[in-house]
Amino acid sequence: MDYTEKVMDHFMNPRNVGKIENADAIAEVGNASCGDVIKMYLKIQGETIEDIKFQTFGCGAAIAVSSQTTEMVKGKTLREALDLTRDQVAEELGGLPPIKMHCSNLAADALHQAVKTYMKDHGIAER
Amino acid sequence: MERIYLDYNATTPVRAEVRDAVLPFLNDLFGNPSSRHLEGRQVKTKIEAARAQVATAIGAEPERIVFNAGATEGNVTILRGYQVNYKEKKGRDHIIISAVEHPCIYDTAKKMAGEGYAVTFVPVDGEGNIDLDGLKKAITERTGLISVMAVNNETGVIYPVKEIAKIAREKGILFHTDAAQAIGKMPFDVKDIDADFVTMSAHKFYAPKGIGALYIKKGKRLDPLLTGGHQEANRRAGTENVVGMIAMGRALELATGELATDRERIGKIRDEFERRILAEVPHSRRNGGADNRLYTTSNISFRFVEGEAVQLKLDHFGIAVSTGSACSSGTLDPSHVVMAMCNGDEETAHSSIRFSFGKYSKMEEIGYVVDRVKEVVAQLRSFSPLYDKFLSSQGK
Repeated sequence: MDYTEKVMDHFMNPRNVGKIENADAIAEVGNASCGDVIKMYLKIQGETIEDIKFQTFGCGAAIAVSSQTTEMVKGKTLREALDLTRDQVAEELGGLPPIKMHCSNLAADALHQAVKTYMKDHGIAER
Repeated sequence: MERIYLDYNATTPVRAEVRDAVLPFLNDLFGNPSSRHLEGRQVKTKIEAARAQVATAIGAEPERIVFNAGATEGNVTILRGYQVNYKEKKGRDHIIISAVEHPCIYDTAKKMAGEGYAVTFVPVDGEGNIDLDGLKKAITERTGLISVMAVNNETGVIYPVKEIAKIAREKGILFHTDAAQAIGKMPFDVKDIDADFVTMSAHKFYAPKGIGALYIKKGKRLDPLLTGGHQEANRRAGTENVVGMIAMGRALELATGELATDRERIGKIRDEFERRILAEVPHSRRNGGADNRLYTTSNISFRFVEGEAVQLKLDHFGIAVSTGSACSSGTLDPSHVVMAMCNGDEETAHSSIRFSFGKYSKMEEIGYVVDRVKEVVAQLRSFSPLYDKFLSSQGK
């Protein structure tokens, strides 16, 4: 299975790339030896994700999934972000080659890790 | 936009002379070479002429050439054939291969290791050169077969097959070389090397895919993989791939006559490309020693970026290359070849790009390619967490 047009669009023109200085939450998942590292930076206002940016070392799918994930949660609440699954991201991209599903797993993982850490540190209940 | 194809180690286009040579066999000359009537006899004569062309190019007698479907079939035939025939050589259940063989050898040998064979994978150094002392030390009384490729497909590193054949000969061990990347691109003489078995693949030298050949030294027995037909002197059953055979013979004849001019012209382009890339792209590293390499290949790792991403972007800019990254391979493992050369450093393997040049490469294309590589690598680094970390560690 090839990459969909939407995957290619996010890969060629990734949204929300880079770092956020003084981010409220940061998480990094993956490692270079497995070929994918995704780092998420979040700016949080109250319980809302005001801004989100990412840095990714990885294949086309890993970059597209990172970009898509940031688009899907920007402006959403922390709990909504926790509800986002890797399958939803893949679906929004029009599907991913089966072997690439591990890449999309990472972007949601990075997001969830950042959000959970923030909620714990700020005494916000996950549910 | 005009495409720039830099993946000649993967495959080559069929050249016009070869296409012309096979056209009659797609028209009137359709007979089955096994048939005794005129239609069959006409074609039989022509495939025997093609066999002679292949044999002449590698210094062999025509009857030592067995046509097949390509290098994968050839290589698997050697390993599996050896497995069947080794009973004759009692106790010889140990084989030695290099750590950088093509997957059709590497993975088949791994399977054999799971089937009760002892398999030694001889390592290579940082420049991709094989550890000859290690190879010698690996030899035991049970060793029956050594298989080392002539030229590595990913790096272009050339292996000392003549020397290895001599080591094998002295110990009464069979020697096989996968010469898919060598034949048609550099002088290759089976008698000079003194190999027992040699694998060839025609689509690497401007013939179609799906045709290749094995050289089997006189007196060496090898059970066929495909049985149930007398074709290829009972060494490979199945109606002949006539078009493929004609094409392979003609293509190899042409390639052999052009070895010196190709080496000169294509080598200059590769060298200029590599000089510029290494000079102009920071944190780039060549995989494979500078000297002991085929003139067609340049394998470069671009630190902090992933190979498939580089490949996809270059493709968008009209440039076709390949990568040792796991992410483009259909598996999750990065190139075992590049890994073997950098002490198992997976990041380097994930970041490797292979540029391979050929007959239709032009010096004028190099500037565009170098510019696009610089642009793509810089862009991917701009949001690479690994690059960011590196810059921070440098205090930038």
